[in-house]
Amino acid sequence: MTSMEIKTGSAPSSRSGGDDSGALLDVRDLHVEFHTRDGVVKAVNGVNYNVSSGETLAVLGESGSGKSVTAQAIMGIVDMPPGKIPQGEILFRGQDMLKMSNEERRKIRGSKIAMIFQDALSSLNPVLSVGYQLGEMFRVHEGMSRKQAKAKAVELMERVKIPAAKDRVNDFPHQFSGGMRQRIMIAMALALEPDLIIADEPTTALDVTVQAQVMDLLAELQQEYNMGLILITHDLGVVADVADKIAVMYAGRIVETAPVHELYKRPAHPYTRGLLDSIPRLDQKGQELYAIKGLPPNLLHVPSGCPFNPRCPKAQDICRTEVPPLVPVTEQDGTDLPGRGSACHFWEETIHG
Amino acid sequence: MGRYVIRRLLQMIPVFIGSTFLIFFMVYALGDPVAALFGDKAPDPATAARIRHDLYLDQPLWKQYLHYMGQIFQGDFGTAFNGQKVTELLAAAYPVTLRLTLVAIVIELIVGVTLGVVSGLRRGRAVDSSVLILTLIVISVPTFVTGYVLQFLFGVKWDVIRPTVSPDAPFGELILPGIVLALVSLAYVTRLTRTSIAENVRADYVRTAVAKGLPRRRVITRHLLRNSLIPVITFIGTDIGSLMGGAIVTEKIFNIHGVGYQIYQGILRNNAPTVVGFVTILVIVFLLANLLVDLLYAVLDPRIRYA
Repeated sequence: MTSMEIKTGSAPSSRSGGDDSGALLDVRDLHVEFHTRDGVVKAVNGVNYNVSSGETLAVLGESGSGKSVTAQAIMGIVDMPPGKIPQGEILFRGQDMLKMSNEERRKIRGSKIAMIFQDALSSLNPVLSVGYQLGEMFRVHEGMSRKQAKAKAVELMERVKIPAAKDRVNDFPHQFSGGMRQRIMIAMALALEPDLIIADEPTTALDVTVQAQVMDLLAELQQEYNMGLILITHDLGVVADVADKIAVMYAGRIVETAPVHELYKRPAHPYTRGLLDSIPRLDQKGQELYAIKGLPPNLLHVPSGCPFNPRCPKAQDICRTEVPPLVPVTEQDGTDLPGRGSACHFWEETIHG
Repeated sequence: MGRYVIRRLLQMIPVFIGSTFLIFFMVYALGDPVAALFGDKAPDPATAARIRHDLYLDQPLWKQYLHYMGQIFQGDFGTAFNGQKVTELLAAAYPVTLRLTLVAIVIELIVGVTLGVVSGLRRGRAVDSSVLILTLIVISVPTFVTGYVLQFLFGVKWDVIRPTVSPDAPFGELILPGIVLALVSLAYVTRLTRTSIAENVRADYVRTAVAKGLPRRRVITRHLLRNSLIPVITFIGTDIGSLMGGAIVTEKIFNIHGVGYQIYQGILRNNAPTVVGFVTILVIVFLLANLLVDLLYAVLDPRIRYA
């Protein structure tokens, strides 16, 4: 195994696994593929990452980079078939969820690991009241009565700062504004105070001011409940504010990992550099905005070697033949940079050059 | 909602007038009812003239229509040729047809929706394909074929049921006719449910329901089915309307004295009062069934609101 772990958590030998010892979630060498009529789509190709309690991991990447599929594999909501997980481990508190029975996994979903989806309008059931949909969490997982569940739903809606929660609990999703709907999604994920929340582009469908509110709320609640958070996004601005560490994905692989501020200061992968360069900046007003040339690869035919090589300004012959492993990134003098890794043959030149 | 219902009820008036006039016109244009009354014998001209006068048949058509409408609203649907009041015929025929409709709809709903859900969830697999082929066969075979074949097999060959239904038409005897009547609609309900389920199963809110850790059963019944049944309910609603109109073929095969049977007899004998009376009631039933479907829409889907 040439790839390295992002952060080598202490071996999860003890089953109880206290909140502070070891990672809450540890994804190891995860592969996900989809068998379609056109061939096998390799959506995730050996992803490693981990999250501890209270920590925020941002997973960054373009559409089709496999970030959402990874999240769905963690939740256990990948459609199988056509989906398939040929290898890998997803350890939650030291236990491999891929080896669990369907019923065991179902009990974890929603109560221990919850997910916030991107488009709250389509992700909420249009014909059921939000109170019903929130209350369902308590009724199914905790066996509460309809009435108790509704009271809990009101409480939750107040928790995510929805005004006049009591009057609105029987309203339907289409009667809420976009920001309020996303709050309801958050409330639903939060209902049973899970250990880990996966937020799949939670603010993409919202306008900028509401985006900030929703992100602040999410960060605040995460602090309060000391939850682990996986934030999937393609918005570098959002990441900078809330994330502790970043994993950049490309074509189903992690190409770079780093603590959040280090990544912005010194990217160690040409793809990350390209992403950062394509952020509009005030001091470069009027100049043409940089864009990474080309398109993300077709996952049916991932280019040989480094999947980024056709778009990389630094590509050499080796990039077209050999897949670069995720290697630890160090200072020029060899001192460790904890948590940093890059899957580029020329990471040294990229970070130091 | 109240305003909407009132508006719809008011809209029914012109539809009702227009359709009943058309029926009235067509039935009376078809032939001379007085001649039909006497059957094969030629009537005495004086007697015929008297009957014409008594029945308002010497008046222009529009006057006849107005007179007829006036009588209807006083509860008088006229008298059939055999001297029976049409209202009595209606009272005897409708409960029978209602029972038959009920049996057919229950079968459609239970079997059709179940098959639809099963095949929709297993789209493209063996179960799905066999259900599709089966429904295709059922749709292609006309009712009179399935009717006679099933009647022969169950009623005559295996002697499981009585081949024809007795005049009271209890529920037990209506099961086989109900199945025959339901078959074609059942195939449509199955296909409609299947398509709807297969489409909605990929919906985001179903994924959310799974991610909430709900048991599969609950995901399907509470989240998936509730959304998928909306088009099916529409179909069932209009189907109730047409089934209440009497299944002429089925009722004829099993000798059920329901609405279809009466209309069939009425048309056969050019018995104008019966035909017009029954069809007038049918128009009302159809209009109400359609209104009911539209209202049911709003109940099933809260996004639809009628102002």
